[in-house]
Amino acid sequence: MAYLELKNINKTYGTGAEATEVLTDINLSIEEGEFVAIVGFTGSGKTTLVNLINGLLKPTSGEVLFKGEPVKGTSHERGVIFQNYSLLPWLTVGQNVSMAVKEAFPKASKTELKERVTEYVKMVNLLPAINKRPKELSGGMRQRVSVARALAMNPEMIIMDEPLGALDALTRGNLQDEILKIWSKDKRTALLITNDVDEGIYMADRIIPLKPGPNATLGPEFKINIDRPRDKTALNDNPEYKKTRNAIIEYLMGIGEARKSASKKEYVLPDVAPKSFVA
Amino acid sequence: MKQSVTVVKDDNVKFGATAKAVAAKLLPKMPKWNVQTFLRKVLIPLASILLFIGLWHVGAKSLFNIEADYKIEKALTDQGQAAADEMAACIASGDVSCQPNTLPSPAQVWTSFNTLIADHKTISADKAEFKAKTAALNEKREAEGKAPITYTGRPSFVDQIFTSLKTVFAGFLLALVIAVPVGIIIGLSSTLRNSFNWLIQIFKPVSPVVWLLLVFMIVKTMTKDSDSDSAFIISFISVGLCAMWATLVNTAMGVSTVDKDYINVAKVLKLGAIQKVFKVILPSSLPLIFTGLRITLSVAWMVLIAIELLAQSPGLGSFVWEEFQNGANDSNSKIIVAMFVIGIIGFLLDRIMLTIQNMVSFNKNATA
Repeated sequence: MAYLELKNINKTYGTGAEATEVLTDINLSIEEGEFVAIVGFTGSGKTTLVNLINGLLKPTSGEVLFKGEPVKGTSHERGVIFQNYSLLPWLTVGQNVSMAVKEAFPKASKTELKERVTEYVKMVNLLPAINKRPKELSGGMRQRVSVARALAMNPEMIIMDEPLGALDALTRGNLQDEILKIWSKDKRTALLITNDVDEGIYMADRIIPLKPGPNATLGPEFKINIDRPRDKTALNDNPEYKKTRNAIIEYLMGIGEARKSASKKEYVLPDVAPKSFVA
Repeated sequence: MKQSVTVVKDDNVKFGATAKAVAAKLLPKMPKWNVQTFLRKVLIPLASILLFIGLWHVGAKSLFNIEADYKIEKALTDQGQAAADEMAACIASGDVSCQPNTLPSPAQVWTSFNTLIADHKTISADKAEFKAKTAALNEKREAEGKAPITYTGRPSFVDQIFTSLKTVFAGFLLALVIAVPVGIIIGLSSTLRNSFNWLIQIFKPVSPVVWLLLVFMIVKTMTKDSDSDSAFIISFISVGLCAMWATLVNTAMGVSTVDKDYINVAKVLKLGAIQKVFKVILPSSLPLIFTGLRITLSVAWMVLIAIELLAQSPGLGSFVWEEFQNGANDSNSKIIVAMFVIGIIGFLLDRIMLTIQNMVSFNKNATA
């Protein structure tokens, strides 16, 4: 039995004539300990898919099964790292993390809470900034707080919704390594949503493209057969990397092209001819 | 709110450093004094004040002349040349009995201000003397179970200011106690918001005078048998009811428009309903609530004068009204003094609210 399973998911926003079907017929299964990346264009319904899995949204039809049980609302077992960090601006870094810890471990003592908060803030190298507010931090630091907050709840599965999308290339690379380190340490199950194919190949075991919405659905999966730990600098020369990357990009470009030429609208041209002024 | 104070929490930071950090926070940064900033921050504001006083002086002078000419003219047509000459001489001599009644000049207002302060000193000295005199007697009366004798003399201008401030704070607290909780409840539920919206929209524009009459109808009956100070009760309730709408609307709006990301965080962390309100919704709507409270306080202060005037409760409003009715020679300039005092206090109240707002909310950019 799969660890997380999505069965024939459809998601429609709005009702009646204004209804738009965002996701159509999504089927996905993730095994325990696996790192799966879903790659897609912006606006293809990636965030909707994430919210269905973490329980913020309910599918219009179909089922989301987590460890065999249907998902009903959010759960501490599934930690979420949001696209736009979603830190509470009136709390400091420590308070943001400790709020999550308090909820996940309601029975823990004060010193245990404090230790846990310190441990996870330290893990993302933000200990010197523990009393700062999100506003005083850079984008990369904020996302690290978000990572610490999600992981401090000790979730069995980490769901990441374009966590590094807004960061510069260098910070991005560092955070990718940090997330991988954390993932490999406890072998948690991870789902990464991204629009960056290279990021997917570097981090994941499997990449599944999401065809652009409306009516977005998952494409064929691409297995990444590169040994871990992967070396970012050597990756460019790896023939397996090149092959997979080309295949995925070709596939994604293919859907893009298909979408463009799929327009069925016919334009009726007016029947006009230049007027002749010659008598 | 515990997250409001951002004092450095490192244990090994010495007290001196903390004190320095606190001082740096509290004291405004002194700008570097060069000619330009001096011109911009001192000279030009000073010049504008002088210009204002100058214009006022010239205007008051010309109004005075018009009024004086009219008086002489009237004496001439009614009683003849001798009376007119006498009137002109009388006005020129500055005699109190025949001064034209018009807009007072800045100098007159300044004199009245000093008169009012001197008057306050006399009255408080009188009060202290009265207290000393009756102290022994009051002790005896208290022992016998009788009410002590209290000072019943006329209140001074400064006393009136404090009475007004008391009324406005009572009204403001009433508005706070009603509007913030109701605003939160309405903000949380769109059904409630829709069903109460018409009520808010109808009552918001109602004039302070009408509120006063409404409150008067109710309080008059309710305080029939008690000897409580019904004028004070009526005026502070009216002030509160007039002023609370801004807070109510802003609180409801703040609560109903909390960033969806924060709500998602609350859901993912699985916060309970009450925790969600207190840890996510309230802090995030605090800036809007405080904007509402600031408007409420300034409306309360503005409305207070009119309400005191009508409710005949003591305070600056009744001071202004009594001076107007009084028609003494310096009444007009006393009214202008009251005007400036009201303006300055209103400004200070707003500054205090702004400071509190900046202290408790994460949005440090609030400005006037």
